[in-house]
Amino acid sequence: MSEVIHKDNKKSLSKIVDDLTKPLKRHYGFTPWILFLTAIMALGIWAYIIQIRDGLGVTAMRDYVSWGLYIASFIFFIATALIGMLISAVLGLIGIKWITPIARIAEMIAIGFAMWAGLIIIFDMGRPDRVLNIFLHGRIQSPIVWDITVVTTYVAISLILYLLPLIPDIPFLKKTMTDQPKWKQKIYAVLSFGFKGHTEQYKLIKRLTRIMAILIIPVALAIHTVTSWLFALTLRVGWDSTIFGPYYVTGAFVTGGAAVLIAMFIFSRDFRLKEYITDFHFDKMGKLLVLLMLVYLYFNINEYLVPAYKMKTLDEHHLFGLFTGKFALMFWTVQLGGLIIPIILMLFKKMRRPTPSLIIGIAVVTGAFFKRYLITIPTLLHPHLPIQNVPAEFSTYWPTAFEWSITMMAVAGAVLIITILAKLFPIMPIWEIAHEEGITNEEINKFVEEKNN
Amino acid sequence: MKSKNTHAEKNNKKSTSRRNFLKKGLLAGAGTVLGAGVVGSFDAFAEGGDSIKVLGPDGKILTVDKSHLKEIGARTEAQMQTEGRTGIPGRRWIKVIDLGKCRNARMCVAACQHAHQLKPEQYHVNVLRMDREGETAPFFMPKPCQHCDDPPCTKVCPVDATFKRQDGLVLIDNERCIGCRFCIAACPYSARIFNWTEPRDAEKYKDVEYDVELNVPQKKGTVSKCLFSADLLREEKMPYCVTACPNGVYWFGDENENAVTNGTTKETVNFKKLLKDNAAYVLLPELGTKPRVYYLPEKNRLFPYKYNGSTELKKEHNS
Repeated sequence: MSEVIHKDNKKSLSKIVDDLTKPLKRHYGFTPWILFLTAIMALGIWAYIIQIRDGLGVTAMRDYVSWGLYIASFIFFIATALIGMLISAVLGLIGIKWITPIARIAEMIAIGFAMWAGLIIIFDMGRPDRVLNIFLHGRIQSPIVWDITVVTTYVAISLILYLLPLIPDIPFLKKTMTDQPKWKQKIYAVLSFGFKGHTEQYKLIKRLTRIMAILIIPVALAIHTVTSWLFALTLRVGWDSTIFGPYYVTGAFVTGGAAVLIAMFIFSRDFRLKEYITDFHFDKMGKLLVLLMLVYLYFNINEYLVPAYKMKTLDEHHLFGLFTGKFALMFWTVQLGGLIIPIILMLFKKMRRPTPSLIIGIAVVTGAFFKRYLITIPTLLHPHLPIQNVPAEFSTYWPTAFEWSITMMAVAGAVLIITILAKLFPIMPIWEIAHEEGITNEEINKFVEEKNN
Repeated sequence: MKSKNTHAEKNNKKSTSRRNFLKKGLLAGAGTVLGAGVVGSFDAFAEGGDSIKVLGPDGKILTVDKSHLKEIGARTEAQMQTEGRTGIPGRRWIKVIDLGKCRNARMCVAACQHAHQLKPEQYHVNVLRMDREGETAPFFMPKPCQHCDDPPCTKVCPVDATFKRQDGLVLIDNERCIGCRFCIAACPYSARIFNWTEPRDAEKYKDVEYDVELNVPQKKGTVSKCLFSADLLREEKMPYCVTACPNGVYWFGDENENAVTNGTTKETVNFKKLLKDNAAYVLLPELGTKPRVYYLPEKNRLFPYKYNGSTELKKEHNS
């Protein structure tokens, strides 16, 4: 079934350009928002300085729970970043049309979260001053080296996938943003890469985007599979699992899908783009999310039910901690509130409308964050040999204010990157939307020329 | 001529320029006959004529001019790094722990923590109270690093900071460790610890030159672990924990010689026979790590234990 959007109500090019460039100039609420994010980040920077000075002892991590909130956040960030690949690459390549106004938003989320995922790993390091050792003495056998390789590659390809389809939008910006500061215009001048609107150039950009979209699929699968292997390649109960790769990848799509729903709501309201991100898009995205959540639920059943049926001694300790023990409240809240109830609700069309989508999206993303916490911490509390002769704090874990501050800095940082990108460039490809409205390249070129004079 | 290398002697840190010079010029080991071009810090350079008999590397007695011999002082950090990474040639260190003898005296723990600059809650070797399934009686089990022949920890290290040596030991280089703690996650024996804050007596050890075979001084933000007292092994002494035990729990030796010596009684026995006669086993063999630490079962234990029933360390200081 082919979808033709806005069929009945064609928009003129000048309206599209106007609608999509206006939010870049309109700044009410922008300064307080940036100040808010900066304040969170300032607190995080202060916490990190203390952590550098006093050591990782300011966290709640100790010799048994030696990975904590930072590593859990790292998986969460990588997971959220993965949605860029699913939407702009997989759905784009198989020709799904409704993603046009969403693809760039997904790509912005990918860039923001992937970049900060890399930084969180640095926050977790005992000796961040020795980070270059990874290049000086790197061992190709270590999954950490694989992870660093794929994360940087993913960030690079995501940036290219963001910038390439942006090129044909630059002429519009050059013409409409003449009242904006010089540095902005300089950025636009550089990023136009000499684009003149020739048919050949459009073809070239489409071809390059296609190549990049194909390239990003294996890289994105690798990035999250390798992240899951940081755990699955150890001999620990709860991590020693063969399905961790697909389990993480499907979980990542759920997280990212819900994040896109939240972003769609915020952008369509705040940027006044309801005509572009319509109920139709929320409905489609909601359906996609249900599908992703069902697949993830299937992996959850496999991951917990199979060992629970056998109840090997160590699995038993681990699983009872989750099902009925001290992690039970978090576990069931996450599984029910962050997965099962959202699936049931989103099966109904009413629940796929914008406002319910936002609420469900927030529940799913929050659940996804604590799911990563539940994957990381309980396992470390159940080593093969007993935890003994250590202070009581060694056999429990709840993150300290320092850990929360630094993690919140990462969240604020990722949101800040998304905010800045959304304020510098249109959040949807003007030219692709114009094409979908039946506007030809000649008309676009003519329009750009006109404005120039 | 054996290199002596205790704490006190190493306390005088050499200047950087001298160390760099020594790195280039003096990587030769004990008793090496120096070539003509090598200039070093040996004393008897000017003296000629006197000859001396030394044991050559091939086991033959050599007669060499005294002026060609190098005086070996404290080893330099570079030397310690190079030798520390390769290990002691021809050796395959092995430890046997007799669980029937352990009475939780914890002298091994104390000696180890003293030698390796560890806090009371930091263990290279920990004595655990073990409870098996069902009606079996509890017993105490000293748990050092198992120095696995297929170590899961060295596999995952991104920077080769922790490594397996020829002589079977698994060491950690805290000058290189980036503090990612992947090795801690990977170790199924929970044998590794981390310096979450400044190590014990950090001020006192500030100028001590780093010895990778002792892992002292400990460094904030890096991993530490049991080293089988590689520094003592180089001096042909037994590890700190082994000699500290009052109950004869530990046997230590060289698999190649097929002999292990008891740290308390100094009795030396046939290693393989000891294992065979006492039904020795290794910890978690199903994980495929191939430990170099063997356990003799907890039979004929000496009851009752002096034991207060607590396995939790009371907080002695704020860390």
